[in-house]
Amino acid sequence: MNRTVVTLVGKDHVGIIAAVCNFFAENNINILDIKQTTVQEYINMILVVDTSGYTGSSDEMAAGLNAVGERVGCVIKAMHEEIFDMMHRI
Amino acid sequence: MVELKEVFETYEMVSHENLDVRTITMGISLLDCIDPDIDTLCDKIYAKITEKAKDLVKVGDEIGLEYGVPVINKRVSVTPIAIIGGAACRCPSDFVKIAKTLDKAGEKVGVNFIGGYSALVQKGMTPADMNLIESIPEALACTERVCSSISLGSTKTGINMDAVRLMGDIVVKTAEATKERDSIGCAKLVVFCNPPDDNPFMAGAFHGVTEADCVINVGVSGPGVVNNALSKVRGQSFEVLCETIKKTAFKVTRVGQLFAKEASRRLDVPFGIVDLSLAPTPAVGDSIADIIQEMGMERCGAPGTTAALAILNDQVKKGGVMASSYVGGLSGAFIPVTEDRSMAEAAEIGALTLEKLEAMTCVCSVGLDMIAVPGSTPSTTIAGIIADEMAIGMVNQKTTAVRIIPVIGKDVGDRVQFGGLLGDAGIMPVNGYGCADFVNRGGRIPAPIHSFKN
Repeated sequence: MNRTVVTLVGKDHVGIIAAVCNFFAENNINILDIKQTTVQEYINMILVVDTSGYTGSSDEMAAGLNAVGERVGCVIKAMHEEIFDMMHRI
Repeated sequence: MVELKEVFETYEMVSHENLDVRTITMGISLLDCIDPDIDTLCDKIYAKITEKAKDLVKVGDEIGLEYGVPVINKRVSVTPIAIIGGAACRCPSDFVKIAKTLDKAGEKVGVNFIGGYSALVQKGMTPADMNLIESIPEALACTERVCSSISLGSTKTGINMDAVRLMGDIVVKTAEATKERDSIGCAKLVVFCNPPDDNPFMAGAFHGVTEADCVINVGVSGPGVVNNALSKVRGQSFEVLCETIKKTAFKVTRVGQLFAKEASRRLDVPFGIVDLSLAPTPAVGDSIADIIQEMGMERCGAPGTTAALAILNDQVKKGGVMASSYVGGLSGAFIPVTEDRSMAEAAEIGALTLEKLEAMTCVCSVGLDMIAVPGSTPSTTIAGIIADEMAIGMVNQKTTAVRIIPVIGKDVGDRVQFGGLLGDAGIMPVNGYGCADFVNRGGRIPAPIHSFKN
């Protein structure tokens, strides 16, 4: 299991989650968990995904998520889960 | 399972507070390259650096993308070249050949700086040390990436005043040699007292002779993150202030520790140290002066600044030490004037003076850093400034340094623009009274007594 946390921030509208989930499905990335909050018209979402089936590079994944983000008007960023464990757990 | 709050805190740090890993520096020993023939020596140096560091930039970028925290610089440091070139170099121009080789190797592997064009002369100078020091103006003018550092003193040996006097001249000559570019050569030249062997930060990085063949050292950063955390505890007691810095430093250093371990694993090179330094950049919000101002100073340089910096430096270490398995390098807060936007502003309006900066260097790492002074400053005065800073390091058993830039053709009221991470600033005034008779005496200042501490 290679867990990556994907964050998405932007103005909420129809189809954001669909676009992101499609990207993961097309790249053989399994979604393990989704959490989201909406404050007024803004959406804050985190997805925990398993990238062990993904064959591309980190570079391609970042570029792919950027492209999806631009299409739906959100900022999407992927970070390996280990960084959160390191920073917030002793 | 990760929490939403933690994810967004980390996300904010990266996207709005300039959290980054400032540098992954590969230290490479060149001791096994030593050869009496200068061309063979250069070939061996080029071959070793380009082999060891061939994947450094690729791996650094990869880790940055995967973990979502950018790695700003990938760099190489090597064994002090005065030692490596001792057998082969008969004159300063032989050393310039090595500088060009280092520059070429740095370009090949894609690093932005390569440090170690250095000599350790805190007690005395060999002919090779002399030749290297004399070659510095030309070496820094004809290369892009090479950084030079000279150790002039230590707590154990005292201060080599002959070398201090000589470096006063060399700083001015280096400024002259690059005068058409605001004397930028001096930004790549630093003199030290008590330099660490494992410093990953430029311009002072070199790979000490007691180090392994090849190691990975990582320098973290994050003044913006500390500043933001402090803005949330405005007006609260020193206890709260210190705890906040400590906790923030812990989180920032954990990122460095993770990256250092990961780079070490992927490159199959042992992990050396994490350097806990808070290093500012000219980017808005990425400033040490902003932290000092957030603590309550109207401007950086106001009375209270030295105490504020002492708190910052100590708490960063306390938080950072627990976050990393091996801490080393310079570890503290940097105060480079041109590289820190708010500090440069404070200097320009007269709130921050050279004398106050000197006082600040007593409580932080490293020293008088990136200070632009009038090009007409006499070399004896520069030697005097260096001697003062070396004395602070020697007596207080800490690392101190001087990176001063006499900008040829410019005076107080003019501005310099180095661009990029080196930033820009106004020229700072220097005390006009001379010290030539002092620095021209020659010889050494003996090591200080280690008892009767007062």
